[in-house]
Amino acid sequence: MVKIAINGLKIRFWRSMVTASGIILGIAFLAYVSTNLISSGAATADQRARMIWLVVMSLLVSTVGIVNSMLMSVTERFREIGTMKCLGAPDGFVVSLFVVEAVFVGSAASVGGWFLGYVGAVFQKACAIGFGPAFASVGATHSAELAGGCVLVGILITLIATIAPAERAAAMPAAAALRTEV
Amino acid sequence: MAATEYIVRTKDVMKEFKMGQEVLRALNGVSVDIKRGEYISIMGPSGSGKSTLFNAIGGLDKPDSGSVFINDVDMAQLDSNELAFLRCHTIGYIFQTFNLITVMTALENVRLPTIFAGMNSDEGTDRGIELLELVGLGHRLHHKPSELSGGQQQRVAIARALANNPSIILADEPTGNLDSKTGTEIIELLRRLNKESGVTVISATHDYKMLDVSDRIIWIRDGKIDKIENRADLDIQLGGMAGQEGH
Repeated sequence: MVKIAINGLKIRFWRSMVTASGIILGIAFLAYVSTNLISSGAATADQRARMIWLVVMSLLVSTVGIVNSMLMSVTERFREIGTMKCLGAPDGFVVSLFVVEAVFVGSAASVGGWFLGYVGAVFQKACAIGFGPAFASVGATHSAELAGGCVLVGILITLIATIAPAERAAAMPAAAALRTEV
Repeated sequence: MAATEYIVRTKDVMKEFKMGQEVLRALNGVSVDIKRGEYISIMGPSGSGKSTLFNAIGGLDKPDSGSVFINDVDMAQLDSNELAFLRCHTIGYIFQTFNLITVMTALENVRLPTIFAGMNSDEGTDRGIELLELVGLGHRLHHKPSELSGGQQQRVAIARALANNPSIILADEPTGNLDSKTGTEIIELLRRLNKESGVTVISATHDYKMLDVSDRIIWIRDGKIDKIENRADLDIQLGGMAGQEGH
């Protein structure tokens, strides 16, 4: 099954990249802002609240983007899903196929996004205090837990966005799935 | 007679489709009994409901009323996992449009149902190779569907349908997208499998070449059974017509 999922990703590489870029940007922003939040301990509560609000909004937007992209990816594969169901694939298999794909895309994109956010934070600091101190400063505040958290959030968002369309497709009667022309 | 003599039985199957305001009754009380090992053709003009009947027998669509029994099991009583199990082990499907998974090779396509049946990788590969050789494609194992001709794709689909040793093969216009010569080859292949392994073949079609090999022909018109003919009777009929022409 994992092999089928990877194969599916390879064939639809660019579509996966679009999905991934949504996650990358969302998580990059999360990583960047959370680094700043911690390092700028002096910020007022009001400023912090605004930052958190921004992050939540950006994550919401990227979730909607991923849902959209996943809906497309499921819809264009209705026939494939119908065929698999005819051959005796249980509904659970169809769902897990998409979940495995989502975990792959989600984790790769989240790691990429975190890296982008981290680099962004370092660069911003570097403009003010130079590269050496910037690395030290960001490195000190940006803990491994924070990085792990960012990646986890990314995977979670992808999963949430995937499960609904996948369940819907899997629950379709096979004949209806086969009739669809895309 | 043992009850298991009939592999497929349908009773008063009714199915309606809504088309805007109008309700179209695609099937209007169809009852047929199909014996194990028979080669059945469901004939009828397009729109007569033969594909709908096909879908109902295959458990791909639920009828609005009436029941379909496969091996004396009422399909309406099965939940989605039991239906999947039935589709996996008892029924093999062949389609007009082949419906191969385009991103997989011939062998991977044939292997797919064995994965659903829980067969391990080596066994499944052996089975796939054996089946592809059976349908005469032993030299095309690693070709993608796009690299195969229509007839070859349909052969792969037949091999795939046979993967888990089903007792029924359901074919929906298997020759519809093929030229006449290739169509004949596919029909002969189906007939050979029917004779050799005793698998029941049920095929919805409007290809008259199918008549020659069928044991019985079910004619469908306007969602109802028009008539059911045995091939023996049909021969006499055709002979009679030929005789009349001679006069």
